[in-house]
Amino acid sequence: MSSYLNISLSALLMASASIAFSAPGLAASKASIRQNADVDPRGQVLSLSCAGCHGTDGKSAGIIPSFYGKSPEYIESALRDFKAGERASTVMMRHAKGYTDDEIHLIAQYFGTVWGKNK
Amino acid sequence: MSTNISRRDFNRLFATGVAGAALGMFGTSGAAFAAGYRVVVIGGGFGGAATAKYLKKLDPSLSVTLVEPKAAYVTCPFSNWVLGGLRTMKQITQTYATLARRYGIHVVPDTVVGIDTEKGTVKLKGGRVLGYDRLVVSPGIDFKWSAIDGYSEALAESKMPHAYQAGPQTLLLQKQLHAMKNGGTVLICPPGNPFRCPPGPYERASLIAYYLKQHKPKSRVIILDPKDKFSKQGLFNKGWKRLYPEMVEWRGPAAGGKVLSVDGGAMSVRTDLGELRGDVINIIPPQKAGLIAFTAGLTDDSGWCPVNPTSFESTIHKNVHVIGDACKAGAMPKSGFAASSQGKVAAAAIIRLLRGKEPVAPSLVNTCYSLIGKEYGVSVAGVYQLAPSGIVEIPGSGGLTPIDASDDQLMQEAMFAESWYTNIVRDIWA
Repeated sequence: MSSYLNISLSALLMASASIAFSAPGLAASKASIRQNADVDPRGQVLSLSCAGCHGTDGKSAGIIPSFYGKSPEYIESALRDFKAGERASTVMMRHAKGYTDDEIHLIAQYFGTVWGKNK
Repeated sequence: MSTNISRRDFNRLFATGVAGAALGMFGTSGAAFAAGYRVVVIGGGFGGAATAKYLKKLDPSLSVTLVEPKAAYVTCPFSNWVLGGLRTMKQITQTYATLARRYGIHVVPDTVVGIDTEKGTVKLKGGRVLGYDRLVVSPGIDFKWSAIDGYSEALAESKMPHAYQAGPQTLLLQKQLHAMKNGGTVLICPPGNPFRCPPGPYERASLIAYYLKQHKPKSRVIILDPKDKFSKQGLFNKGWKRLYPEMVEWRGPAAGGKVLSVDGGAMSVRTDLGELRGDVINIIPPQKAGLIAFTAGLTDDSGWCPVNPTSFESTIHKNVHVIGDACKAGAMPKSGFAASSQGKVAAAAIIRLLRGKEPVAPSLVNTCYSLIGKEYGVSVAGVYQLAPSGIVEIPGSGGLTPIDASDDQLMQEAMFAESWYTNIVRDIWA
């Protein structure tokens, strides 16, 4: 019950425009209360594909690294290192080279804050 | 309750002018609120299920209905692992219970038989009619049965499985492999481009060889290919040479790779260079978009669906988005990962379009692992963006496992492949 209310509250504190729309979601579940009006839409679109391998919101269940709960600074620095080939990887350098530094910043901001919005 | 809402937060609620509504909601579970915009998603595979989940995740106010006739979905990815004896069917079977329970998606076990794009409705086989504000069509592929003389759906179900829609077809192929004698010949016959999962037939050859090497080591796997080259070719060739020398052989069009006809009675195929008998024959026919895409008039002359690459909205019918194998997505391959990436882009675009906003520029990804041996994995990655010519791969990015990768790296890729499956199915169905 208490976690339900915490979730409800954080959702309610978002922009009022989204409040009316949040209602069915609140009834639906904890999991459906997620990022909203304060999310950069471009950052979101850049980031969502990462979840295919790294898990929803970056929460990995296997040996592929999880970055759920990591700071934006950590994620940005890791991605820049992958891109530069300064961090060992199998596939990540090939991915990271597909993004500009600005895009990496947006991705890091998205995943570095999305977990806070789930609380 | 009071311990969780501090006085300060409570005041902030009043300040935003929504506290009354909010408090009412606590007692009514939201049932008193009208649902938001209606999005109907057709197809519960990698594309459709990802779209449904991400629509609700990104905008819980939406009313999302997922129409999928199958109660459980057997994934094509990792079905070759089943043939190799590395996975069970149960381990590659996904269900919709979590999408319904956790995300509040209405899962309707039915088949869409018609779409009225003028009225914005879909008609179900069971008789129901569902209205939509936006429709997502993710039907996957259908086969061109008449493309190979003598081949048919009935033959696929009895003697020459395609096993390119996982489930009973996977089991039939597995059963045939198990029944085959040591010293038998397996023929794998992939189609020309474009088709679902470009490295799929070659991973299949590898993992069938993995099984045969352990249980029927005198057997052979021959790939009869109408194409001059294929996905991850150098990596597969190297892997076959190392792990299955003398067992796996690839024959391109010049070497009689093009299958002209098949004979179910004789268990043989005919090519430019004559008849070839197989103990197990896997015919993967040429493909086209799934049936409903044709019924609804969403396809063009190519047999696939043209879409706006920013939103995946059909260029033929408004408010209808087509994703996954059925759509024409420029440089992207037809893969489960690509379908889920497109589904997420479509979900984000739909949410903006319903709010009267322009979708943002798309960013799309593909990541596909292929297993050649149990500890021998390779991958291909692609990052895609929008160019004037459509969806293109970003220069300098993506690509294959290096051809000179160390054994350690190949083993790591095999381990990442397992983790890839675990995460992608959770990202989509859980």
